[in-house]
Order: sequence, then structure tokens, then C-alpha cells
Amino acid sequence: MSDLAQTADGRVTATSVTSPPIWYQGLVASVFWLLTAAVTWGLPDVIPWGSAGLFAAITAAGGIALLTLGLTRYRLGGLGDRIAVWGPWLIALGVWFLLWEFTTAKTGWLPKPFFSPPHGLLQVYVADWSRLLVCIGYSLRLWGLGFFSGISLGFVIGVALGWSHRFNYWGMPILKLIGPVPATAWIPATFFFFPTTFHASIFLVALSCGIPVAIQTAAGVSQVNRAYYDVARTLGANERFLVLKVAVPASLNHVFVGLFMGLYYSFAVLVVAEMLGAKYGLGWYIAFQSAYSAYANVYATIVIMAVLCSGIVKLLFVARDRLLLWQERGLI
Amino acid sequence: MSVLAATDGTTRALSLDIRSVSHHYDIAGTRFDVLDDISLSVAPGEFVALLGPSGCGKSTLLRLAAGLEAPRRGVLLEDGDQIVTPDPSRLLVFQDPTLFPWRTVRKNIATGLEARGLLPQKAHRIDEALSLVRLEDFADAYPRQLSGGMAQRVALARALVNDPGLLLLDEPFGKLDSLTRLSLQNELLKLWQTTGFTALLVTHDVEEALLLANRVVVLSDRPARILAEFNIVADYPRHRDDPDFIRLRREILHELGVQNV
Ligand SMILES: Nc1ncnc2c1ncn2[C@@H]1O[C@H](COP(=O)(O)OP(=O)(O)O)[C@@H](O)[C@H]1O
Ligand SMILES: [Mg+2]
Repeated sequence: MSDLAQTADGRVTATSVTSPPIWYQGLVASVFWLLTAAVTWGLPDVIPWGSAGLFAAITAAGGIALLTLGLTRYRLGGLGDRIAVWGPWLIALGVWFLLWEFTTAKTGWLPKPFFSPPHGLLQVYVADWSRLLVCIGYSLRLWGLGFFSGISLGFVIGVALGWSHRFNYWGMPILKLIGPVPATAWIPATFFFFPTTFHASIFLVALSCGIPVAIQTAAGVSQVNRAYYDVARTLGANERFLVLKVAVPASLNHVFVGLFMGLYYSFAVLVVAEMLGAKYGLGWYIAFQSAYSAYANVYATIVIMAVLCSGIVKLLFVARDRLLLWQERGLI
Repeated sequence: MSVLAATDGTTRALSLDIRSVSHHYDIAGTRFDVLDDISLSVAPGEFVALLGPSGCGKSTLLRLAAGLEAPRRGVLLEDGDQIVTPDPSRLLVFQDPTLFPWRTVRKNIATGLEARGLLPQKAHRIDEALSLVRLEDFADAYPRQLSGGMAQRVALARALVNDPGLLLLDEPFGKLDSLTRLSLQNELLKLWQTTGFTALLVTHDVEEALLLANRVVVLSDRPARILAEFNIVADYPRHRDDPDFIRLRREILHELGVQNV
């Protein structure tokens, strides 16, 4: 025991007397980030893109932060550990920025307008942020209206299909026939039938996510272990209780499979619908800008979409983990 | 131990009359006889054990008594009224605990009260039931976190919290290890003695039947017929080494076709 205590003591003294250990990955990353800043600031653009100074400042700030982290990471405790996990990624990002800057803006090897340097994307946000914000708002509104009405309706229809034999007899063949048709195939017809393209787009988004939710919910409800119903019935449950308090929670797992499928479909349909018929929104923005060969704007918008969509997916995961707390982890 | 009976005067033992009940299932178009003209009367407060080989139709008989299915022939009466639907006055404890995995122990026990809209008035009963089966510390656990014995105790509490007048038990301890089984048999006995419900226990364990029941009914192979009935008058707690116990055990096993034990 005393031996152990001594070695532990010895190590503590060693670290506090000699200089603290260095996080080398942080230092390497900082070199590349600072190099990116230097290249961006020091070399002229072949064709000016704007925001080069801002990008250089951001990468320089990142480089200095990484340099500081490289020297202090072992004194930061848990936070330091959590940052250190990303060391290889931070290095890769620095290398990527450097190569990207160099091959696009600084040498023109990857030419305008098809390629854009990182500060070209930054320039889009700086110059067009207000319009992009409006587009984000429009897209979220359209997606929200479509998605939530779609999954609500899909869920109700799915429960009915899984619960009622009569409903299943008539509804299931129709759903099986229509379900596999890509929602985008309905675009021309819906734009004709609905009063505005906005309504048509809501319908398309709702259709795209409602169908997988309905199918999965129906499957879940019809697969519920009959013994649960027997127990609930002997305890005095009426049909309403059986549906809402037994069938639905028992099939929630399936419902979430449908929700995840529907979520991905809804993003796809949202963008296509906006490209074809909207006056605002991220899909419209991409279509509009690519018509003018403003590819930097297109890429910048795709980055926004990536962040938004993965954020929404993350939210759904959080919701699922909350609602399925009673299950063991490890599904999907 | 008498909390359930003490706080609520509504527990009233019910009688069960099974009159000439026959039942069959149709499997792929062929008739499959399960029960053959069963007649049995269980008096209020009585504890009757049904013994029979596995697959003979014991669970089917309990499902009919619970009102989950209707018999093909004959009637079942609860206190003189024909049984047509399930009713919380007569509760079935299944062979598997069949707890709702998405509900905590507390909410599982509350299911019956919640389904009948009695939760506001009778919420205190849930805590009593929890302490009755000694699971206070697991009130907020989910079923997957329970052992088999604990899960079966929850199933018992989930039934008892509704003050059933008739408790139908379908091999409730069949899947438990022998120690857990012994302690749960004792608990059940105490609950029956203090609460006073009528009990119909299906089992394939002769000793379990002899330890618990006032009367043991022996069923034949499928389709089940009543082969013999034994009245057990010995006082509780009963002991396995009692000469009467050993004699009855041998007789019952003989009825079941097992000899030389
Ligand atoms: N819903 C059903 N459909 C068809 N056959 C069934 C059904 N339920 C039970 N059976 C059959 O009836 C027989 C008696 O079953 P059961 O009452 O569960 O026997 P026990 O409980 O005595 O083991 C078994 O052979 C079983 O396969
Ligand atoms: Mg059985």
C-alpha cells in the first residue's frame, strides 16, 4: 500500500515541478490553422471573393485557441478530455482548409464559378444573411406544417389500420399500392389541384412522411402481444384504454422507425417542392442561385441544410430516447 | 398484512359455478376438444386448486372463467350471474407476469384503477399494494429491471389492488426457482387468509396444491374431465412431512397416473 501511495505521490510532484505535458495533436492542428490564416491573408485571390480577411481572422483565432489548448489541455480536466477526442478531426480540418484555400482562391486550379474557397462561402453569409434567414424561416414553416400534419394523420391512420379489421380491409391495399410511389411523382398533379403551390407543397411533405409513419404504426399495432390486451381487459379496460394505453405505447418503437424514415423523405420532398414551386425557401434559393451560376451560394445553402436537417434528426433521437426510456437501448 | 382488507370494505368473496362446460378450438378446420363437460362449484372464500397434466385445458378453463372467451357449451356463473365479459371483480393472474414493459411498477399496479377511473379516489391503495408485496423500493423501476419473482409479485399486486372477489391464478409460480416459489406461496396464503377472496389456482405442482387449497380437483388429459376431488381439512401452515400430506400426495399422483413415488 505504501509503495503505491509513494509512486502516486511521486507522479504528482513530478507533474507540478516540471513543465506540464503538451497535447501534441493540438499543436499540430494549430500549425495548420495558422498556416491557413497566413495563406488566406498573405496571398492574393486570383479573382477576389471577399471576406478573405474575416476568414483569416477566424482561422487565426482558431489556431491560437488550439495553441493554448495544446499547452493547457491536461489542466482542463473533463473538458480537456472531451476536446482531445476531436484532435485528429481538428488536424484534418486544418489540412482541409489549407488545401481548399490554396487550390481555389489562391491558384485558381479549381476555378470559379464551379468551385468556391471557404471564404467564398463566408462571403455569401456576410452579404446575403438576411435573405438566407428569410429562406430558413420559409423552409422551416413549410417543413413544420407538412411534417407535423403528415405524421399526425399517418399515426392516426396507422393505429386505425392496425386496430380495426374493417379499416384494415379497405385501407391496407390502398396504402400498399400508393405507399411505394415517390411523393415527388405527385408534384405536377398537386400543383394543379391545390389553390396555391404553398398548399400543394405542404401536402407533398405531409404525404412523404405520413405514409411510412402509417405503415410502420399499423405494423406495430397489429403485432402487439395479445396477452397485454387480455390483461388490460380483465383489469377493466375499455376499447379506448386498449388503444391509447396499450396498443400505442406497445408499438411506439415501430412508430419511431416510421418517423425516422418519414423525416428523411420529408427533407427530400421539401427541397424538390421548393425548387419547383416556391417563391422563397432554401430549395428555391438553391434553384435561383444555380440559375445564375452562383455556386458559392448553393454550397453555402447546402451547409445550412446539413446543419438544420441533422439538428432535427438529433432532436428526434432525443425525443425517442425520452419516450422509450423503458426499453433497453440498442434499437436503430 | 391486512391493509388491503382493512382499508376497504368492498372485498366480498364471490362464488364461481361452472356448469357442464365443454370447449373446443378449431385448428385448420379440425375440431380440437379441450374441455369435456366440466362442472365445479367454488364457494365464496374457498381456495380450490386445479391439478392436471400440461396441455389438458387448465388455462382454457381459467380464460372462460375470466370472461375472455365464451364456452362452446355450458355456462359459468359468478355469484349466480352468467359470465360474459371480463370484469375486475374476478381477476386472472397469468402464468407469465405479463407486466406492461412501458409502465413503471407503480403504474402497472395502477392499471386497473386507472382503466376504471378510480385513480383519484384510490391512489393510496397503490402504496399499500406495493408494501404488501414488499416492492416499495422498486415503485419507479421498469419491469425489465425486475427479477422473475419480483415481476410475479407485481402481477399479484396489480390484481389485488382492485379488491377482486375471485382470484384466478394460472400457474403463477410455475417459472420461478423453488425458494422464490416457497416464499410467494406463503405470501399468497397470507393474502388469502387476510383478504378473504375466493381463489381458483391452476397448478401442476401437487405439493403446491396441498399446501394452499381447501380442495384439490384433479383433471384428466385433454380433453379435460374431472377425475377426482380431494377435500383438505388440515390447518395452515401445512407441513410436507405430515402423514396425511404424504398420503394425499400419493393418492393424487396415483390419480394423475404416476405411481411408486
Ligand atoms: N386459442 C387457441 N387456439 C387453438 N388451440 C388452443 C388455443 N388455446 C389453447 N389451445 C390448445 O388447447 C389445449 C389446452 O391448452 P391450455 O388450456 O393452455 O392447457 P394447459 O393450461 O392445461 O396446459 C392445448 O393443446 C392448446 O394447444
Ligand atoms: Mg396453462
